[in-house]
Amino acid sequence: MDDAIAVSGLVKTFGRTRALDGLDLTVRTGEVHGFLGPNGSGKSTTIRILLGLLRADAGTARLLGGDPWRDAVALHRRLAYVPGDVTLWPNLSGGEVIDLLGRLRGGLNQKRKAELLERFELDPRKKGRAYSKGNRQKVGLVAALASDVELLILDEPTSGLDPLMEETFRACIAEDKRNGRTVLLSSHILAEVEALCDRVTIIRNGRAVESGTLDELRHLHRTSIDVELAATPDGLAELPGVHDVKIDRGHVRFDVDAKALDDTLRYLTKFGVRSLVSQPPTLEELFLRHYEGVRS
Amino acid sequence: MTGTGKLVRLALRRDRLLLPLWIVVLAVLPMTYAASIAELYPTAADRQAYAAGSASDPSYVALLGPLFGSSLGALTAQRSGMLFVIVGLISVLTVIRHTRTEEEAGRRELLGAAVLGRHAGLTAALVVTCGADLVLGLLVTLGLLGQDLPAGGAVAFGLAFAACGWVFAMVGAVAAQLTESAGGARGIGLSVLGIAFVLRLAGDAGDGNVLHWLSPIGWVQHIRAFAGERWWVLGLAAGATAALAAVAYPLSARRDLGAGLLPTRPGPAAAAPTLRTPLALAWRLHRAALLGWAVGLAVLGVVLGGTVDYARTAAEDSKQVSDIMDRLGGAGSFTDSYLAGVMSLVALAASGYAIQAALKMRTEEAALRSEPVLATAVTRTSWTASHAAFAALGPALGLAVAGVAAGLTYGLSVHDVAGQLPRVTGAAMVQLPAVWVLGALAVGLFGLLPRLAPAAWAALAACVLLGQIGAILQLSQWALDVSPFTHIPKVPAAPLAVTPLAWLVAVAAALAVAGFAGFRRRDVPVT
Repeated sequence: MDDAIAVSGLVKTFGRTRALDGLDLTVRTGEVHGFLGPNGSGKSTTIRILLGLLRADAGTARLLGGDPWRDAVALHRRLAYVPGDVTLWPNLSGGEVIDLLGRLRGGLNQKRKAELLERFELDPRKKGRAYSKGNRQKVGLVAALASDVELLILDEPTSGLDPLMEETFRACIAEDKRNGRTVLLSSHILAEVEALCDRVTIIRNGRAVESGTLDELRHLHRTSIDVELAATPDGLAELPGVHDVKIDRGHVRFDVDAKALDDTLRYLTKFGVRSLVSQPPTLEELFLRHYEGVRS
Repeated sequence: MTGTGKLVRLALRRDRLLLPLWIVVLAVLPMTYAASIAELYPTAADRQAYAAGSASDPSYVALLGPLFGSSLGALTAQRSGMLFVIVGLISVLTVIRHTRTEEEAGRRELLGAAVLGRHAGLTAALVVTCGADLVLGLLVTLGLLGQDLPAGGAVAFGLAFAACGWVFAMVGAVAAQLTESAGGARGIGLSVLGIAFVLRLAGDAGDGNVLHWLSPIGWVQHIRAFAGERWWVLGLAAGATAALAAVAYPLSARRDLGAGLLPTRPGPAAAAPTLRTPLALAWRLHRAALLGWAVGLAVLGVVLGGTVDYARTAAEDSKQVSDIMDRLGGAGSFTDSYLAGVMSLVALAASGYAIQAALKMRTEEAALRSEPVLATAVTRTSWTASHAAFAALGPALGLAVAGVAAGLTYGLSVHDVAGQLPRVTGAAMVQLPAVWVLGALAVGLFGLLPRLAPAAWAALAACVLLGQIGAILQLSQWALDVSPFTHIPKVPAAPLAVTPLAWLVAVAAALAVAGFAGFRRRDVPVT
C-alpha cells in the first residue's frame, strides 16, 4: 500500500524567510505519525502545503496518492484537519460549525458526533465568540473526529485542553488508529506523542533532522552511565563518543554515544566495575537536544 | 486610570499613519474650499449671487447644511458641511477600534492583566480620539486664518469640528459597552450618526423646522461660524459629551471584560439542514450587514425622495435658479437633474456596502476562518463566488430599495406614484454598473494584492472627492473620468446611454475575473 503522505525536498519561502528548506516526511498508511519541532520550525507551513493552501516553491508532496495543490478538493473529501488555533465565526454556534464543516467535507457521522460531544463535554449551543480557547479547540476536534475520513491532519490539536480532555483525545485517536485511520499529529506534548505515535519526525529550521520509531531514535542517542569502579578510570574522557565525564574518585558518571557503548564498556572493565546503572535517553532529552540546536 | 499614558502611546503607535492622514485631509479641505470659492467668486456681488442662487438651492442645503450669509467664511462653512459627518464617523470608529475591537480580539485581556486601571482602555481611546479632534479643529482654524478669514469665525468653525468629533467619540464609547462584538458596536454607533445626519437634513429642509436641534451635526452647523457666532451652542455639545461620558464610564465599570450589556442568546445545537454550502455560510455571515444597509438605504431614499418636490418649489421661488431652470428646459428637467444627482449619492453609499461585502473575504482570511473551510471539499472559486455574490447582488438590492423608497415618497408628494416610481427606481438602478466597478476592484485586490485590499476604500473616497470637489477645483475631464460615477448617464434628465454602462460592466467583470484567478493561484492565508 502507498504511503499516506510522501514529501521530499520541500522548499517554501516567504519573502526572505526560508520556512521550509528541503523537508522530507513520510507517513505510512494506518500509522499515527508524530510531527515535532520548536515553534516556527515549519510544521504549520508543511501542513498547509499538504492541504493545498500554500503552494510549495520546490520539492514534491503526495497526499493519499494525489497532488495536494491540484487535487485539493478530491483529497479534502478524504481528510479532516484541525488547526492549532481554531477560530470560529462569532455568530454561529459550535454545533452549527461542526455540522457545517462536516457537510462541506462530504458528510458527518451523527452518532459519532453525539458521542464525541458527550465525551468532550462540549456545549454545542454556545456562540463562537463565547467559547474559551480550549472549547474552540474541542469544536474543531469534534468536527474532524466525527467525519468518516481516511486521514486526520492535526496541528497541535490539544493546545488549551485540560489534562482530562487530553486523555479523552488520546483515547479517541487510539480508537481511530485501531480502525485503520492515518493520523499526522503535530504536537509539543511528549507524553501524548509517546503514547500515540508509531513513528515521529523531528523538524528544525524547515528540515527533518530525525525520523523513525521512538526506539530507533533512542538508539541514535546517548546513554547515561553511572558506574562505581575500583580505580579511577584515567583516559575515559578521551575515548571517542564519551561526553560530560564527571569523576568523583571511583564514582563516575558520563554520557556515551550508542555506537561507542560496546568499546567504552570493555574499557571500563579494566578498572573493576562494582556497580553500573545505565539509563536510555528520555524523550525530553531527545527533543530538547534538537530544540536547543545541539546536534549530537 | 493607571496605565492610561502607556495605552495612549500604544494607540498612537498603532495609528501612526491613519491618524495624521485623516487629520491632514480633513484640515486641508475647508482651506481648499475657501481658496476655490474666493477664486470662483472674487467680488462680494459674485458671492451674493452664488449665495442667493445655487448655495440656497434646497438640495444643496439638504446635503451640506444651512447657509447663514454670503461672506467667504459663511460660504466655506456651508461647503464644508459634509465634513462634520466624516469627523463623526472617524471618531466613532476610532474609539471602537481601540476599545471593543481590542476586547473582542482578546488583546485587551493581555493588557488588563498588567498594571492597568479598569478605565484605562476607555480613557486612552477617548484621549487619542478627542485629542485628534482637537488637533483637527486647531488646524482648520489655522488654515482658515491663512486664507485671511476673520479670527472669530475661524476659531468657532475649528471648535465646531472638535465638538462634533467629541460628541461622536462619546457615542462610540457608549456603543462599545453595549455589544460583545465590535461589528455590533460599529452598527450602533453608525446608526446614531445616520440618524443625526437625517435629523439635520430634515431640520434644514423645511421652514420653522427644529429637528436639527436634535442632532449634534445640526448643532455644530448652527454655531453660525462667520455669520454672528453663537458660542452658546458649543455648550450643547459640551453637555452632550459630558452626559454620554457619564453613561459610558458606569457601563464600563459594571460589566465584565469581554461582556456586553445586551444579552447574547444561545444558538441551535445543530445546524439547519440548509447550512451545507459555502453560499449558505456566506448568507449567515452577510445577512445582518445586508439588512442594515438595505434599511439604511431605504431611509436615505425616503428622505431624499421627500426633498425632490420641495426642492422644485423652492427653486421656482428663487429668481436665479428659475432662470437657470428655464435655460435647462423648465422645472421638469430641474427635478430630473436633481433626481440624478441624488441617486449618485445613493450609489456612493451602495458602493460602501459592495466594498464591505467583498472585503469580508479578507476579514475571513486574516482571522484564519477561511482556512478550515478551504480544507474541506470547497473549491476556492466557489468560496470566492459565495462572498462576491453579496458584493454584486447586495448593491442591486440596496439601489432598488432606495429607488423604490424615493420613488414612492416623491410620487406621493406629486400624486403620481404610477408615473414616478419606475422613473425614480430606474434612476437608482442605472447606477449599478459604477457600484459594481468599486466592488469588483475590492475583489480584484483581494485576489491579487490581498494586503492592499483595504485600498478599495481609498478608491471610494477618491470617487466621493472627485464628485464633491472635482467641479469646484475645475479638474480636467480626464481626472473626473477616473471615477466610474462620471460615466453614468444622468437618468432621468438624460437618455439612457447603454454604451458607457456596458463598458463599466465589462471593467467590473474583468476586475472580478482577475480577482478570482489571483485567489486560485495564491497562498492562503496571507496575513
